[in-house]
Amino acid sequence: MKKTVDLSLAQEFGLTPEEYDRVLKIMGRTPSLTELGVFSVMWSEHCSYKSSRKWLRTLPTTAPWVIHGPGENAGVVDIGEGYAAIFKMESHNHPSFIEPYQGAATGVGGILRDVFTMGARPVANLNALRFGSPETPRTRQIIDGVVRGIGGYGNCVGVPTVGGEINFHPAYDGNPLVNAMTVGIARKDRIFLSAAAGVGNPVVYVGSRTGRDGIHGATMSSAEFDENALAKRPTVQVGDPFIEKLLIEACLELMATDAIVAIQDMGAAGLTSSSVEMAGKGGVGIELDLDAVPQREPAMTAYEMMLSESQERMLIVLRPDRTEIARKIFEKWELDFAVIGHLTDTGHIVVKHKGAVEADIPLDPLAEQAPIYDRPATTPVAPAPLEGVHAPLSLDAMLLRLVGSPDLASRAWVWNQYDSTVGGQTVRRPGAADAAIVKIEDTTLGLALTTDCTPRYCRADPKTGGAQAVAEAWRNITATGARPLAVTDNLNFGNPEKPEIMGQFVAAIEGMGEACRALDFPVVSGNVSLYNETRQPDGSTMSILPTPAIGALGVLEDVSKAIGLGMTDGTAVVLVGETRGELGQSIWLREILGREEGPPPRVDLAAEKRNGDFVRAEILNGTISACHDLADGGILVGVAEMVMASRIGCELESPDSGIRPEAFWFGEDQARYLVCVSDAEDFCARAEKAGVPARLIGRAGGSDLILPSGVTISAARLAVAHEAFFPALMER
Amino acid sequence: MKSAIVVFPGTNRERDMAIALKRVTGKAPAMLWHRDTSLPDVDLVVLPGGFSYGDYLRCGAMAAHSPIMAEIRSFAQKGGHILGVCNGFQILTETGLLPGALLRNANLRFLSQDCHLRVERTDTPFTHKWEKGAVFRTPLAHGDGNYTADAQTLERLEGEGLVAFRYAGADGTVRAEDTTTNPNGSINSIAGIISENTRICGMMPHPEDLVDPLMGGEDGLPLFEGLVEAFVR
Repeated sequence: MKKTVDLSLAQEFGLTPEEYDRVLKIMGRTPSLTELGVFSVMWSEHCSYKSSRKWLRTLPTTAPWVIHGPGENAGVVDIGEGYAAIFKMESHNHPSFIEPYQGAATGVGGILRDVFTMGARPVANLNALRFGSPETPRTRQIIDGVVRGIGGYGNCVGVPTVGGEINFHPAYDGNPLVNAMTVGIARKDRIFLSAAAGVGNPVVYVGSRTGRDGIHGATMSSAEFDENALAKRPTVQVGDPFIEKLLIEACLELMATDAIVAIQDMGAAGLTSSSVEMAGKGGVGIELDLDAVPQREPAMTAYEMMLSESQERMLIVLRPDRTEIARKIFEKWELDFAVIGHLTDTGHIVVKHKGAVEADIPLDPLAEQAPIYDRPATTPVAPAPLEGVHAPLSLDAMLLRLVGSPDLASRAWVWNQYDSTVGGQTVRRPGAADAAIVKIEDTTLGLALTTDCTPRYCRADPKTGGAQAVAEAWRNITATGARPLAVTDNLNFGNPEKPEIMGQFVAAIEGMGEACRALDFPVVSGNVSLYNETRQPDGSTMSILPTPAIGALGVLEDVSKAIGLGMTDGTAVVLVGETRGELGQSIWLREILGREEGPPPRVDLAAEKRNGDFVRAEILNGTISACHDLADGGILVGVAEMVMASRIGCELESPDSGIRPEAFWFGEDQARYLVCVSDAEDFCARAEKAGVPARLIGRAGGSDLILPSGVTISAARLAVAHEAFFPALMER
Repeated sequence: MKSAIVVFPGTNRERDMAIALKRVTGKAPAMLWHRDTSLPDVDLVVLPGGFSYGDYLRCGAMAAHSPIMAEIRSFAQKGGHILGVCNGFQILTETGLLPGALLRNANLRFLSQDCHLRVERTDTPFTHKWEKGAVFRTPLAHGDGNYTADAQTLERLEGEGLVAFRYAGADGTVRAEDTTTNPNGSINSIAGIISENTRICGMMPHPEDLVDPLMGGEDGLPLFEGLVEAFVR
């Protein structure tokens, strides 16, 4: 690849003329091809967060239990008994559209590395997925590839996939979202960071060999798609979960010694970002000799090696006297191990190949002068109030349709392709509780894990939607009895150069920040994915729904106290929280009336906290035997889900609430839970004392859902309606 | 009972198995590396689940040629007890210690779900805690669990009572053609088989993942308790 470095090549690499000017000033000369490559990936949206950084800084990131917030490979929180949970969520959206299997698989692989690079054994994976309309032919193909890819990778590495979410909307037709989350566990005093230190210390490359795959992947994912998107397949990486499994075991074995000074995985922008970030954070220089890099193909250039995104590779700074110990461990696991450089005191990254200096860049300006943009943002327009709503069908007919609709139907077809039990610590499998529950081996601790976002709310009102995503995650953790600790965010939006998209982004972050502060639920890690747009043949672009996906983690000191969502026989079913009957942007409105209108339900963070703290305390006191947070579909869908999970029925009482039936039963008011209790009167009295609205709505028992009208739907019939969607879509 | 678990590159259910064995023996099993060339003095060797060598080439095919497998063959010849679960079962068939083969699941997808097994034979160290015809629940998680064997082998397995477990409904009915009770399409719904001397058992599902009420039940426990009883010494 002999190319002249000039503005036009810089633009081809994704730099703007102003950014290229800045490169020329820093270098004082025309950069080499390799240097231009380094600048372009380090300054890509994906690596530099240039459009989002200003706003990310406004999010709360601290709490007494936060050990490391954003800035490390993943967030770290103290979960007690000397343990830390390390977690992060990251997108692999663009690759998953181009090549669904490998895109999703390498998304899982990448987020696993972010977590075990810090010294944690990965104990759980989750994934938040958004697909286009089920009617769009390519959607099936994408679901098939993404699900196989997530399973293919996660199952092989032996990390259970325990939770996640799936939404459908035509806005994702040309741009599905694949957000993968990994949670790992480490001893609190054995956490590994990425800041390099010790001039002269060896820089070691371990893992897979470097090939020509994924070159410029970070740049590709920082641009919108056009009709030639599929021609970008060569920029997608190929994963090897078997090598990843060996890499996990080898790294954890090495981490049990005192050999490591610093370690980082080679993720986006591979060798470039790992070496630049490690040296930059440590305030040292780094010299790399690319001749020593294990290579998969002959005659690779320095440019190709620095930009390759070949998977399953790590960069480690070792104590020099421990190099042989480390080498033996990697030889045992049959992985490549090579000393490819050392730390220097020059403050530069110097890349040598075949005797020539291919790059020599001062690290400080590369980081400090990275562009940061305060892009124009227009305030989103408040949605018009919802009017003219009436129920066209009977309650039972609407319920059956809702539980079978794409966003509410059973995900068992998907979950049953993910190994959710490997490790032997899965206390609640997917669908059994509002959050997945994983025990920490050799302790009584349990983690509660969830991902949440309601993109249709975010489009109607990004600020409320951002707050709702955080609140729902908090609620899902609370509903198991766990104490919510922290979140990781995966902010998926369209093109930030459009003021209306930037406006969505700014408002969503504002809402998230408010909710995180009110709920004492800091953001400890995250990822931003912008330019999720597809250019249509007519020249217009279609943006995804704003999707600030929240991954969240909570802890149970005694995991045996965790509860699920299935009805418990013979109990009273109590509704906690206030019901006004908010139907704006509800699933009912969309699925029954075909309308996506109105404001999303209000988010009252004080009520959220009050109601949730009350419910959690009651669960831990043992007075609640089952709990389900109310979200999509409202009360009646919530009741049906509890019935289907247990096959135990429920007889509902007439609400007598002064609210229209469809609004009462299907409204999506926030801060609400359904709970099973043995003594409703007692429970409601305690709730009243705590200032929490609570009322009896039914009794659990039998095997039928009995509506107040007397109409009966068997649990089995509900389940048939619930379970049909995915097999019908995917197995036809 | 003294037990050992063999770890191959890509094995991933060795920890689950260790938990189950520790639960019934009170002590941690020895962990053996695939390159080891000797076995410690043990009663039981377990080949656990996972993706040895990434399942590349064919599930279990490369692990079957690991250095430790020579030791395991001679352990078997001496009458040693061996349990192979999931990938371990695949390795046992690849090694020839058990007959037949595990093909890709009939629906061509990875399956991770609970299934029910009917106990077909109870005079073995692996199954004697159950009544004949007993049904128990257990998780399964595999892409290649569709058991098959040639007609002659199958006739021998069935004729000599070498089928240990069959996939069944919760009520014990076996219907090979029904994917709700025979999820991976195994011939005759075979989920696990036993050697002629009843000392080698291979099975696809994971009883080791259901030995604790906290994880949803103890339905898999009788297998491990039975082994311990068989080895009181």
